Amino acid sequence: MRQINTEQITEIIERLCTDANYNLGDDLITSLRSALEKEESPLGREVITQLLENAEIGRKEQVPVCQDTGFAIIFIELGQEVVFTGGDLQEAVNEGIRRGYKNGLLRKSIVKNPIDRINTGDNTPAVIHTDIVSGDKLKITFDAKGGGCENMSRSAMLTPAQGRKGVIDFVVETVRTAGANPCPPIIVGVGLGGTFDYSTLLAKKAILRPVGSNNKDKTIASLEIELLEKINKLGIGPQGLGGRTTALAVQVETFPCHIASLPVAVNIECHSHRTKTVVI
Amino acid sequence: MTEYIDLKTPLENATIEKLKAGDKVRISGVLYTARDAAHKRLIEMVEAGNNLPFDVKGQLLYYVGPTPAKPGQVIGSAGPTTSYRMDTYAPTLIKMGLKGTIGKGSRSKEVIEAMKKYKAIYFAAVGGAAALIAKTIKRVEIIAFDDLGTEAIRKMEVKDFPAIVVNDTNGGDLYDIGRKKYKIPI
Repeated sequence: MRQINTEQITEIIERLCTDANYNLGDDLITSLRSALEKEESPLGREVITQLLENAEIGRKEQVPVCQDTGFAIIFIELGQEVVFTGGDLQEAVNEGIRRGYKNGLLRKSIVKNPIDRINTGDNTPAVIHTDIVSGDKLKITFDAKGGGCENMSRSAMLTPAQGRKGVIDFVVETVRTAGANPCPPIIVGVGLGGTFDYSTLLAKKAILRPVGSNNKDKTIASLEIELLEKINKLGIGPQGLGGRTTALAVQVETFPCHIASLPVAVNIECHSHRTKTVVI
Repeated sequence: MTEYIDLKTPLENATIEKLKAGDKVRISGVLYTARDAAHKRLIEMVEAGNNLPFDVKGQLLYYVGPTPAKPGQVIGSAGPTTSYRMDTYAPTLIKMGLKGTIGKGSRSKEVIEAMKKYKAIYFAAVGGAAALIAKTIKRVEIIAFDDLGTEAIRKMEVKDFPAIVVNDTNGGDLYDIGRKKYKIPI
């Protein structure tokens, strides 16, 4: 068995909060640069140029690239040979968020109760997803999920008869309806299969893949390519002002499903895609 | 690249009636900020017949909830939030003389009608360009609802704040125009 003190988790999470919010990933920057080359709309090109310039300010001045520094989403892949010492794991994660958002001058965007809507004041709690895997490693992924794009996400329980075409129609319609609202160019995470709840988790996991990477399954990769092509014909463009780059990528994750069901979930991510991973 | 139109707040009908969807502007002067929670309170004040914390006449409202400022900064990152969440509240403020709003994303028919009737403009700022936009904000003062934190109402002095006209006073809508121009039938 390998022992990990939860104080180390707190320190890692604190660092991930600021790292993700100040420094956009190289995969995203590469994707934006490639979009800039392809974009036909002058206004669209101007928007992408500003986004690249903004990313540069974030990195140089160590400031948040977006004022919505997100809901803290934590994915933990926990090797089953790991034993935690110190304190409670969830509390250690939340303490990391608390420190990261306070010391990193990030915005506190979480309210205690959806109806009363009183701010928790420290951006906790995080949404924590844990997968138990083999081995003695611990992989922690932090994602700062903005509210504007999360609000444009949708899910549906299609019938098996609707099939591939039904999935394409639903995903494209979700992006069309979202229009300028989720800060295009977007990353479209699609979860296919599983159950009602599990499809939405798959959609979020899909977003966390390197930007523009295709699914290893060739059938799913071809679906991703077709979806991206169709979405970029919508004309929405950067910031919805018209153009070719509505989405930078469409990423699909799948899971087996019931003979009666075809769950599909679309999780929309803005261009300000802030995620970082650490393995210990 | 198109030239920018310089705008100085407060704004008058004569100025804004000349603006067209797609015009790029640089705004200097005062912007007031409000987002979800502050709007709810503002409208409750209007309904109760109370005075608002600032006179909306001729002013622009920026939908933003900034990050905290670093030492030496006047404000942290401060890009626009999605506007449709304020659609329920916007017509009341426009009727009271508000001359424009700044955010991102499309507005409801009711807001667009109110802008045509009472003469107001909807501007978009680039969502997610928050660190870049913050450089145009020169002074910030919280004037109401301090307890709301990032959602408090701020009075900002800006210089050359970059925005683009989405909805003009004649019903022009840049989101419609832009999308039609680049749409390919599928």
